[in-house]
Amino acid sequence: MRTNISKKQIRSNFVQKIEELSGQKLLVCYQCGKCSAGCPAVSQMDILPNQIIRFAQLGLKEELLASKSIWVCASCYTCNVRCPKGIKIAEVMEALRQVLLRKRCDHVEVPKLTDEEKVSVPAIALISNFRKFTS
Amino acid sequence: MMKVSYYPGCTLKSNAKNFEDSALCSLKELGVDVQELKRWNCCGTVYSLATDDLMHHLASIRNLIRVKEAQTDSVMTLCAMCYNTLKRVNERIKTDPESLEKIHKFMDEEKVSYEGDVKVRHLLELLRDDIKFENIAKKVRKSLKSLKVASYYGCLLVRPKEIGFDDPENPRILDDLMTALGAKAIDFPYKTECCGAYQTVDKPEIIAERTYSILTSARNQGAEVVAVSCPLCAFNLDHRQKETTQKYSEFKKMPILYFTQIMAIALGCEEKDLRFDLHYVNPKPLLEQKGLI
Repeated sequence: MRTNISKKQIRSNFVQKIEELSGQKLLVCYQCGKCSAGCPAVSQMDILPNQIIRFAQLGLKEELLASKSIWVCASCYTCNVRCPKGIKIAEVMEALRQVLLRKRCDHVEVPKLTDEEKVSVPAIALISNFRKFTS
Repeated sequence: MMKVSYYPGCTLKSNAKNFEDSALCSLKELGVDVQELKRWNCCGTVYSLATDDLMHHLASIRNLIRVKEAQTDSVMTLCAMCYNTLKRVNERIKTDPESLEKIHKFMDEEKVSYEGDVKVRHLLELLRDDIKFENIAKKVRKSLKSLKVASYYGCLLVRPKEIGFDDPENPRILDDLMTALGAKAIDFPYKTECCGAYQTVDKPEIIAERTYSILTSARNQGAEVVAVSCPLCAFNLDHRQKETTQKYSEFKKMPILYFTQIMAIALGCEEKDLRFDLHYVNPKPLLEQKGLI
């Protein structure tokens, strides 16, 4: 995959917004890969957690917002507790989801869920799913 | 008599009634007076991670205000998600006066002022630190010595570090409790691996995969049952065994029990307090075979 990087992207509002929403300094990451090594969801991810941070440093907005990974992350915090630089990767994932959700781009469309899907799971599952995946 | 204020949360009154009933029966046997908050609402189930999202902390804060209205300064939860959310919101407010001021302005109809001054505790902390496991061991009426239990911690009891009450990489609290109750605690490498949580709504196939890995690992270490402390983990590891069996033909079903159900059996509670009717994989055949019910 060919990726174009530019100063303009790196200094964009997008990078600033992700840092603000997540409360994290992206450049602290030195790409050791420990987050991806321990993540239980990597098998379903298209961009691995350490790559998410790298892409975010570089302001690769389109790639990040189209990524499957941000919706596969279940905020289990395994990456957060293992990061040697103390970066909260789960918070960065949340910031990326928030950028989309705040534009009403819901990941789960509640009206499309069948009654069976809604009735068969407990309240705790529905509430947390809608909190994370809908605006 | 020890008194505790109790916040149940949504699922403890429905799908996880087996968790609540077995916990309340056990606490009665241990001589604890549990007082449920007179009024409470959903905690929100997940802590909002975005720095500017104060709105979603309100549900939790209202519950913490209810605790203060009950003339106490600490509250006990059973659900790992409620514990995590309430505790994190409380910590956030305690250390962030600016957010606190904004929230106060928004909730001007609340009579009690709240400053992040409520202690949020999980039942396991109460058992370990106040009652103490050695005292629980003395109250055991039915020894579980033949039962091999793998304790599954999941995410929210132990992570993030500042919130968890045990080692985030190698927690032992549930295993220590199981040992105190006379069961054989089985260690296994997937004990803190996420079950997939709320992905169960829109991606149940992911849960089937995780359930397969987690339970197969526990079985390979010799476990007969897996003990849990979170209603969502319980649903995923128990009810999603249906999808797991469809996906993996060699998968063998395994009963999932709340740690409180195991404790209730040991402390002599009756079967009506265990509510096995709420389980997908019926734990009764195994427990009967072991002479425990």
